[in-house]
Amino acid sequence: MTARVTTLSVWRGGAEDGRFERYEVPFEEGMSVLDALRWIRAHADSSLAIRYSCINANACHTCMALVDGRVEYTCTARLTPAGVTVAPLPKRPVIRDLVTDTMPVEEKLDCGA
Amino acid sequence: MTHLATDVLVVGAGGAGMYAAVAVAREGRSVLLLDKGLVGRGGATIMAQMTVAAAIAHEEPDDWTLHLEDTLDAGRGICHEPLSRMLCERAPERILEMDRWGTRWARENGHIKQVTAPGHRRKRCCYVDFLSTGPAVAATLRHQVSIADRVRRVSNVAAIEVCVADGRVRGAVALDLSTGSLVTMAARAVVLAAGGLTKIFRRNSASTNMGGEAYWLALEAGAELVDMEFVQFFPIAHLAPRLVGMDPIMWDPFRYKLGGRLLNGNFEEFIHRYGGQDEGRYTAPRDLASYAILKEVEAGRGSPHGGVYLDFRHLPEATVRSAFGPVIDRLLANGIDLTRTAVEVAPTAHYHMGGIAVDERLETRVAGLFAAGEAVGGPGGANRVSGNAISEALVFGERAGFFAAETAAGADPGWSPAYAERARAELADLRARKGSGPAPGVVSTELQDAMWEHAGPFRSEEGLERALARIHALRRRLPELTIAAGDVFNLDVQDWYELNAMLRSAEAVASSALRRRESRGAHQRLDAPQMSPAFEKNQRVALDHGVLTSRWSPVVRSGVRTA
Ligand SMILES: Cc1cc2nc3c(=O)[nH]c(=O)nc-3n(C[C@H](O)[C@H](O)[C@H](O)COP(=O)(O)OP(=O)(O)OC[C@H]3O[C@@H](n4cnc5c(N)ncnc54)[C@H](O)[C@@H]3O)c2cc1C
Repeated sequence: MTARVTTLSVWRGGAEDGRFERYEVPFEEGMSVLDALRWIRAHADSSLAIRYSCINANACHTCMALVDGRVEYTCTARLTPAGVTVAPLPKRPVIRDLVTDTMPVEEKLDCGA
Repeated sequence: MTHLATDVLVVGAGGAGMYAAVAVAREGRSVLLLDKGLVGRGGATIMAQMTVAAAIAHEEPDDWTLHLEDTLDAGRGICHEPLSRMLCERAPERILEMDRWGTRWARENGHIKQVTAPGHRRKRCCYVDFLSTGPAVAATLRHQVSIADRVRRVSNVAAIEVCVADGRVRGAVALDLSTGSLVTMAARAVVLAAGGLTKIFRRNSASTNMGGEAYWLALEAGAELVDMEFVQFFPIAHLAPRLVGMDPIMWDPFRYKLGGRLLNGNFEEFIHRYGGQDEGRYTAPRDLASYAILKEVEAGRGSPHGGVYLDFRHLPEATVRSAFGPVIDRLLANGIDLTRTAVEVAPTAHYHMGGIAVDERLETRVAGLFAAGEAVGGPGGANRVSGNAISEALVFGERAGFFAAETAAGADPGWSPAYAERARAELADLRARKGSGPAPGVVSTELQDAMWEHAGPFRSEEGLERALARIHALRRRLPELTIAAGDVFNLDVQDWYELNAMLRSAEAVASSALRRRESRGAHQRLDAPQMSPAFEKNQRVALDHGVLTSRWSPVVRSGVRTA
């Protein structure tokens, strides 16, 4: 089998001062966007900020991002060899990279305590 | 630096932590409920898709004493019996309370429906359709903690140290991931409900937050761990093709109900070569199935991804669909058509029987430090029956919260900023560091490989020695690891603490496994294949000046059963 790769354009930085960066990731059939983002953290750039917990189960529902312009769970969004663009959720304050402020306000540390 | 004060601090907001918070609030005490991920979404609870065991006797006559007998049988003589008893005796209350809180347990003719599961002699396993047990439990408890007075929830904040002075818990220090700064918390009692450790193995069913932080926090605080060698490996977890949205252990009921054929990479049956009987039915015991699968792979007869095939292609589509209707569609959405493709399965680390050693008040040997949920060691002994883990989370959560509140009603032991000094200096050092090595996450992967190769489902003295050597070598690399720059949502910093926890947990597992020279339940030693009466005892580990020490202790019996 020849090694196949796919390309992800991933938003890096804050809402204003960010930019898209490209990463080449080994491609395997059925792979999710989250798989690729985790691969980037493990093999290319560990400073990439992403939010996820359950990895496979699509149960925690915390890994949402804008995948090719659509709001999706990155764990269920499938990759293709054609590649994708991944950006933080719109209408949410960007914390950094793909992480947006999705925490319920009462669960924040600075919620007026 | 943010400082918070509370009566009870609960670390980890899965089923156990959330139930503990509700129980503390019920006693009129304030609670701070902390999670490394988002409250109610970070751990195993929300991922569980199967069942919860409780002798509510809705389906057929049943009694908690029978449930206890099944639990003790599976535990092979070394359960902490008062804890097993607490689990079985109180599980019904919890299930029925959750029912009143709106968990939609599957019903039939007005009663809660209960099914059998391996290891249970009665139909006592409750569930929520379809494959929604864990999400439903988590949703119910998320609602309960949100409406309770006196519960303050905090997400994306990970405890990194429990502070103890003069033998008493004083609070904890945590890392706020969003800002990268430390948070100090004064508390009269602390409940560790931070879940299990299966992430220390390469093949696991874990969420990202299951690297054994509860065990590490407990050890560093001076508590003991017990039964750490007993990790449950599930023989036929999903391996390939890539499958999302399904519990990786879902094939168990499939195989059970439909009779799936286990085939090696050459599509031959193989269980019989290892003394098992299979014939498309689920009759081979779990350890034998795991052994046979790993041996086939070792012999070069594995499936492409290093497992074996589970094949349902001999069954008519209608049969498959009538048994598992909506699930079939979820599989199809993943590109898996069971009538055309055999899936690949392999053993995977799934649950941890061992854990923090507690007494009958769920308190450790450190005054004011409690534990709940999977983090607790003892009730399952050498093996857990299915469905007991969620019951354990609910029951121990409630009990730990109750007892922690009782302790918190006593005098306030007081907080001093000096308690956070060590953690503060350590983080400052970490941030100032110019490492030349890899990121912590890379080393975690190496640890996972070593644990899987040498301390996984089948163990030997030689392998375990190797695992320990690897663990020590990786620990020596900690000072040279590179941490990315920046404070905001810096996962490298979080990974660094997690790696410390994984290394400690792995060491506890491997060293305990090495000293248990026998095979019992989930602990299988190739060089000591028999169960030995001499080992009908528990092994406890603790930290002594940074060194892991161990001792054996007699099994704590409850007197419920004499045989
Ligand atoms: C895929 C899967 C399927 C399962 N299916 C079943 C089943 O059908 N039936 C059954 O009985 N059992 C099942 N189990 C086991 C069961 O789900 C768990 O044992 C149980 O849910 C554990 O509950 P818990 O509250 O102790 O831990 P968890 O639910 O894991 O919660 C622990 C929490 O602690 C947090 N945390 C970790 N470290 C820190 C820290 N340092 N600071 C703050 N927070 C922290 C985590 O983010 C997490 O939210 C399954 C497990 C898995 C993984």
